[in-house]
Amino acid sequence: MSTSDVELPPKGGFSFDLCRRNEMLSKKGANPPSFRKTGTTIVGLIFQDGVILGADTRATAGSIVCDKNCEKIHYMAPNIYCCGAGTAADTEAVTDMVNSQLQLHRYHTGRESRVVTALTLLKSHLFKYQGHVQAALVLGGVDVTGPHLHTIYPHGSTDTLPFATMGSGSLAAMAVFESKYREGLTKEEGINLVCEAICAGIFNDLGSGSNVDLCVITKGHKEYLRNYQVPNHRAHISSKGFTFPKKTEVLLTKITPLDEKVEVIEAGDAMEE
Amino acid sequence: MASKQPDALLGPESDSQRTQYPYVTGTSVVAIKYKDGILMASDMGGSYGSTLRYKSVERIKPIGKHSLLGASGEISDFQEILRYLDELILYDNMWDDGNSLGPKEVHNYLTRIMYNRRNKFNPLWNSLVLGGVKNGQKYLGTVSMIGVNFEDNHVASGFGNHLARPILRQEWHENLSFEDGVRLLEKCMLVLLYRDRSAINKFQIAKITDEGVTIHQPYSLKTNWEFSAFQNPSQGAVGTW
Amino acid sequence: MAKQHANWSPYDNNGGSCVAIAGADYCVIAADTRMSTGYNILTRDYSKICKLADKCVMASSGFQADVKALQKHLGARHLIYQHQHNKQMSCPAMAQLLSNTLYYKRFFPYYSFNVLGGLDNEGKGCVFTYDAVGSYEKVGYSSQGSGSTLIMPFLDNQLKSPSPLLLPAQDAVTPLAEDEAVDLVKTVFASASERDIYTGDKLEIVVINADGLRREYIDLRKD
Repeated sequence: MSTSDVELPPKGGFSFDLCRRNEMLSKKGANPPSFRKTGTTIVGLIFQDGVILGADTRATAGSIVCDKNCEKIHYMAPNIYCCGAGTAADTEAVTDMVNSQLQLHRYHTGRESRVVTALTLLKSHLFKYQGHVQAALVLGGVDVTGPHLHTIYPHGSTDTLPFATMGSGSLAAMAVFESKYREGLTKEEGINLVCEAICAGIFNDLGSGSNVDLCVITKGHKEYLRNYQVPNHRAHISSKGFTFPKKTEVLLTKITPLDEKVEVIEAGDAMEE
Repeated sequence: MASKQPDALLGPESDSQRTQYPYVTGTSVVAIKYKDGILMASDMGGSYGSTLRYKSVERIKPIGKHSLLGASGEISDFQEILRYLDELILYDNMWDDGNSLGPKEVHNYLTRIMYNRRNKFNPLWNSLVLGGVKNGQKYLGTVSMIGVNFEDNHVASGFGNHLARPILRQEWHENLSFEDGVRLLEKCMLVLLYRDRSAINKFQIAKITDEGVTIHQPYSLKTNWEFSAFQNPSQGAVGTW
Repeated sequence: MAKQHANWSPYDNNGGSCVAIAGADYCVIAADTRMSTGYNILTRDYSKICKLADKCVMASSGFQADVKALQKHLGARHLIYQHQHNKQMSCPAMAQLLSNTLYYKRFFPYYSFNVLGGLDNEGKGCVFTYDAVGSYEKVGYSSQGSGSTLIMPFLDNQLKSPSPLLLPAQDAVTPLAEDEAVDLVKTVFASASERDIYTGDKLEIVVINADGLRREYIDLRKD
């Protein structure tokens, strides 16, 4: 009884088992592995009928692009979406987690989720982990109280803004917003401005790249515009194609058949549909 | 950093204290080519850490007949560079041969100065922007603290690299008129004012053409803080903290 | 006041990739034109390729200020050589000079990653590849810089050169025709700029053959 207590799998939350070991290793000079980051441009703005979110689609690990077309606009609730920058695993885990908490809350109350609920859940979680959950978020949605746009920093501080940018391309995107944003934009003007801000990130920030994803949320309606713009194409394709010579010689081939054949015996028609 | 280096390799100089961090600093300089020459803009703030210590620092100066130099970073190092350049221009004039150093030569000189000082582990803590026109040829280049240098149609130092150059890459074109050029620079300076905490609302814009240098009197830009979301921020997130 | 910049570094990495391929009667040297620092693009149009002699070209990535100093130094040394010998330096001679120049700064290195390409005294293509402190080797093809880890395996696969241990010694040059080599270079850079964030904007290709030296440009991804 007493031994099995120790070996029970944890019920939830993170496992900190190896923290002390890792600390010891890093003191000895070992480098921890690098994680997939979405060195990113994510933005959002409020227009006359709601909120528009935007993101680029590049994911990097150090200087290498590991996904050229990833999704950074995460679903939170039917009327709420959230852009994530930072460590990909953290942004996905934290948005998924709040997504299911919101779902349960809706089952319980039978009412539409509010943006402020998502905001509070996210910031509480991030504050609890003191910045170690590396998620920088742009949260946007339209609820019964109107359109809302927030930024959430990895340490749990939040901001309520008419336009917001996050990630490594945030300065390039903010340069566009600061010089062109005004209140009461139409949907088309809003979409164009968000596109321009994301493109500023894509072309000026090396951590951002590839395509533009958009999400337009209005009262009772949303449009997820995946790959709304595709401004980057391969520079050159060889006219002839390439052959890949099989230069590794096969020295020996030996096939060992399996010893026993397992007969599958029909057990009535229990499995049939 | 210096104290960790073995003395034998660096010579007796390694004992002396060198500029390894700045005291009074200026922030971004932005410059562009336009139809007739070069336009350059900077604010006039001098920061002591995060304190705004000086408010009338001239960070754009004419060099010789054909060049304009803008600097961000340590102000005293910039003034030292100006002394070097004064001497350079003086000795050039003393030849009295009718030749004068153009922007390309001055830029190259600055490049060597900066790189040489970094080789001595004693950098001049500046990012320099050099623009000029000579014989109808426009020239615009930049040098960093450690000697990285290049030419381009538009350049910026410091925060300008993050905030101004995205705008310039999108909106700059070869045939900018003087008015459009100034408007473009003002747009960049306004964004920097909003987003760079050490930028201040007191600017100088300088122009250089084949006719010579004009440095405009300091002036301010009109700002807008009137977004309704800014009026009562907590209204936007009622129910959280 | 707090020491805000206590960790000053005399080095930076300005990124970029270089490739050189030697053929029987030509040499192709190529590099992208992006210059960056951190996540910032400094300029989209900076040539990393430097003509050192009539039949000798160097492509370098790494720290731009060191690269520039290295280029100027080699240029000056080549000028002296011309005054003394009244001829252009050969590519193998320049290769040795480059190695010596790099090793001279063994304890405060030029942070520059070079490939040297050109024609040897028989008019055959030759490529020399270096590390930052002057270790070098004559090869049939090579890649250096931020995208080299992506480019080199592909070149190995397409152009596998004969082992230098084989007897009798075999030619290191690649069997490709000139236009095929140029096409291959375009492909490797298109691929590298897909996956390496420091490679992009524009590709500069220099082809050296009996007719002289030719330059060619194509656009790469700008993101």
